[in-house]
Amino acid sequence: MSMATEVLNNPLELRISDRLAKNFRRHFKERVIEFILMMAALSAVATTVGIVAILLYESAGFFAHVSIVDFLTDTQWTPLFEDAHYGILPLVMGTLVTSGIALMVAVPLGTIAAIYLSEFASHRVREICKPILELLVGVPTVVFGYFALLFVTPMLQKIFPELPGFNMLGPGIVMGIMIIPYISSMAEDAMRAVPMSMREGSYAMGATRFQTAVRVVAPAATSGIIAAYILGISRAVGETMVVAIAAGQQPTMTINPMEGAATITAYIVQVAMGDLPHGSIGYQSIFAAGLVLAFMTLFFNLLGHLARKKYREAY
Amino acid sequence: MSTPETSVLKNLDEVRAMIRRHKLNDYIFSIVGLIALMVGLLTLLTLFLDLVMDGYPRFSQEFLTNFPSRRAGSAGLLTAWVGSLLVMTVTFVTAVPLGVAAGVYLEEYAPKNWFTDLIEINVSNLAGVPSIIYGLLALGLFVYILDLGQSILTAGLTLALLILPVVIVTTRESIRAIPVSIREGAYAVGATKWQVVSDHILHYSFGGILTGIIIGMARALGETAPVITIGALTFIAFLPPAPIMAEPPFLNFEWLQSGFTVLPIQMFNWLSRPDHAFHTNAAATGAIIIMVTLLMNGTAIWLRYRIRKNIKW
Repeated sequence: MSMATEVLNNPLELRISDRLAKNFRRHFKERVIEFILMMAALSAVATTVGIVAILLYESAGFFAHVSIVDFLTDTQWTPLFEDAHYGILPLVMGTLVTSGIALMVAVPLGTIAAIYLSEFASHRVREICKPILELLVGVPTVVFGYFALLFVTPMLQKIFPELPGFNMLGPGIVMGIMIIPYISSMAEDAMRAVPMSMREGSYAMGATRFQTAVRVVAPAATSGIIAAYILGISRAVGETMVVAIAAGQQPTMTINPMEGAATITAYIVQVAMGDLPHGSIGYQSIFAAGLVLAFMTLFFNLLGHLARKKYREAY
Repeated sequence: MSTPETSVLKNLDEVRAMIRRHKLNDYIFSIVGLIALMVGLLTLLTLFLDLVMDGYPRFSQEFLTNFPSRRAGSAGLLTAWVGSLLVMTVTFVTAVPLGVAAGVYLEEYAPKNWFTDLIEINVSNLAGVPSIIYGLLALGLFVYILDLGQSILTAGLTLALLILPVVIVTTRESIRAIPVSIREGAYAVGATKWQVVSDHILHYSFGGILTGIIIGMARALGETAPVITIGALTFIAFLPPAPIMAEPPFLNFEWLQSGFTVLPIQMFNWLSRPDHAFHTNAAATGAIIIMVTLLMNGTAIWLRYRIRKNIKW
């Protein structure tokens, strides 16, 4: 008997079993696909776990040689010298000074730009300006390093003739310009989230745009604007190439921006450029430095996250 | 002597003066705001012109076809751009499927529970991790524990992890923009979840995902710190083995294990030499890097603008 006649004899039964079989295949395939997609999503978790594990593991080797107290209190960082000192403070100081200069540039400019974009700019101006700011974000940092070393520093030397070729001022300023778009776009988002009724209330009282922006909108968006600043700090702290190229490689305990000093990131680059054997104390020291850097950025990111959450809840 | 009429008039004058003053403030601020915005644009322009002018003497065909050399005048970028191209191939092949799959999972499949929250927090945190930390991860994990060496494969994987958050976030955003009715329509005619995703969701979100991929790849091209950290060599006078052969099996994967250098590292290397002749080479390299990245980012921004304008659900 052929298949066709069998189907004709008992069409309903076969059709149901046929469908069931197919459903099983379909369900199985669906499950497999879902599992594969979930694995891909888990790669993000795996990356985080990997970062934490590697930093802790290699730093553990470092802290077996160096006491944590020395690490946090010694004011000299000379791990590759005969007379080795392992105090992270000079590197942290360099990082904070360059980031501080960057903020002094980026906070006023970023805030003004954000207020302008959110409250003053016409639709057309916004359509033109925002993509340009985005392009600025896309410029590779090594190029900014060139700019800091061979354009900004020579210009500054015309104003301050005693400024050395490697200093923290030039790269700090360049880094500040680099993070303007981060601050302005986040602060703008925060200000645009302020309900229109608050602006309308202000205008109804006869306030001008400027008064409304500064006395009504900006105060209402404070936590969002602060979140933008904090994330700006986090960017500046983790920035590597600009400072590695233009701020010098000498760990110096100084707050004078006219001097050169190494940052945490610059130190890591400097060691990685050389050829340190795997497992040596110098090799492990970059992981300890990286751990400190990770803690610093994590701290700022969490702070920024909290501030941002607060402004989301406000309305 | 003041009658009530004159005092009202005087008052009115004061009010008018105040309004004028405030209007002037408005006007001044709008100029200050425009200047603040211009700082970014002017920097970009100055930066670009500075690089092009400094690097101009080296713009020639030989610059792209010469190997690096101890003499600045005859040093070229051949190994660097080939290295960048190969590293970015690895990054593309890894980051795109992984990132798009993760984005699809988080938007379409993931149940609302603590586990999904955990993944989401991770993705947003990773976007804030400094790139050099990825370099340290790669140095410890890829180079030594997995023993991949300081190779093209290691660099490509490192940059893939780095741009993964970008790809995931843009994938999610463009999927989220698709209305539920599209999904409901597909389910109504009996499609399975995967059929909905592969035939409809991915189709409609393709443009948005593409912008994310382009921005991510532009970032991978310009990223220097993590690639230095894994110990990329700076003086490479050989090319990796060719990926394509004339005889079967036609593809050759030996290049994955090869040592390499990339454009930004070559630039950094030339920049950190005391000899000023090499700074010209660095400028020319910088001009090339910035042109390519601006072109890629510009394409992505234009693409996104087009998509926003054209989509009418």
